[in-house]
Amino acid sequence: MIAIMGLIVGIVLGLVLTPDVPLAMEPYLPIAVVAALDAVFGAFRAFLDGIFDDKVFVISFISNVLIAAMIVFLGDKLGVGAQLSTGVVVVLGIRIFSNVAAIRRHLFHA
Amino acid sequence: MTTSSDTPPEPADVELTGFARLRDAFLKPSRGQAVVAVLLTLLAFATVTQVRIAGQDGAYGNLRQSELIQALNGLQAASRKTERDLSQLQETRDRLQSTSQRREAALEQARSELNTLGVLAGTVAASGPGIRITVEDPSDQLSLTHLLDAVEELRNAGVEAIEINDRVRVVAQTSFEDAPEGIRVDGVALRAPYVIDAIGRPATLATALDFDGGFIDDVKLYSGTVTIKQSDRIEIKVTRNAPKPRYAEPVTGQ
Repeated sequence: MIAIMGLIVGIVLGLVLTPDVPLAMEPYLPIAVVAALDAVFGAFRAFLDGIFDDKVFVISFISNVLIAAMIVFLGDKLGVGAQLSTGVVVVLGIRIFSNVAAIRRHLFHA
Repeated sequence: MTTSSDTPPEPADVELTGFARLRDAFLKPSRGQAVVAVLLTLLAFATVTQVRIAGQDGAYGNLRQSELIQALNGLQAASRKTERDLSQLQETRDRLQSTSQRREAALEQARSELNTLGVLAGTVAASGPGIRITVEDPSDQLSLTHLLDAVEELRNAGVEAIEINDRVRVVAQTSFEDAPEGIRVDGVALRAPYVIDAIGRPATLATALDFDGGFIDDVKLYSGTVTIKQSDRIEIKVTRNAPKPRYAEPVTGQ
């Protein structure tokens, strides 16, 4: 309940404030969002498995975001930023898909 | 380790179904949910922001430096190619324009030549300064020779078009012959008084007929009279068809 309200509050805040993202952060934001999504789906799956722990969730969320951003940063420095961020998105996408598949099995037994 | 540790008493060994867990979490907020809510707020905020940025910056907003350079190079190459095409097309246009101008000039020249030749051959009507000669022959003594004399004198004086009695156009091929009631010019019977319209420089034409022993004196000898009227505008309306040469062929390339 509170989680869903948090989601709604975030959306409303984003729409109302329309913040400007610093130019230096602009390449990292999409990757960070995808990484966070992965963490959220992982947490949801853990919740349905009955092994959810909020501390684990917070740590995985933050570390996911930071590692994704770091990989992209490193890629930019190495000159392969575009390819590496594509790779990160692919890997995270696969993880999200497998998590969603587990969630689906839990909820619908299918 | 599980959030369901503080859930109401249920058979502990019973595995909860997914929906049951959801319902429990929905009904009984906990500290863990608050943390999740905070992070979800963050996520939603970032997602909305990113969606807005990706939407507003169009095609190039999200590209990296190297990608931008690539795109720029591509655009520059395209622009160079387009400029080359442009200059080629301009060249073609200029060439076509000069060709068409040349063609037009040639056409114009041909037209003016046609007009000149048409006046000389008598195929077109003509007008311009000239003289009108009226020859009276009350005693009916004038012969063909006199008229022929007049025409020759006019030709010597540079006449450009001649017409007699508003009926016959006199050109290079015109024939003159005697007839019982007067003369025949190109087969057309004419009677006195003869009216000759001639286009040319009026003063020159008039002088050509009026000198000692010239046409006017000759006619007077046979008791005829000649009146010459110089005019700024003589109209010659009679035309004739130019015969197509049957034997003579033009020799080109000279």
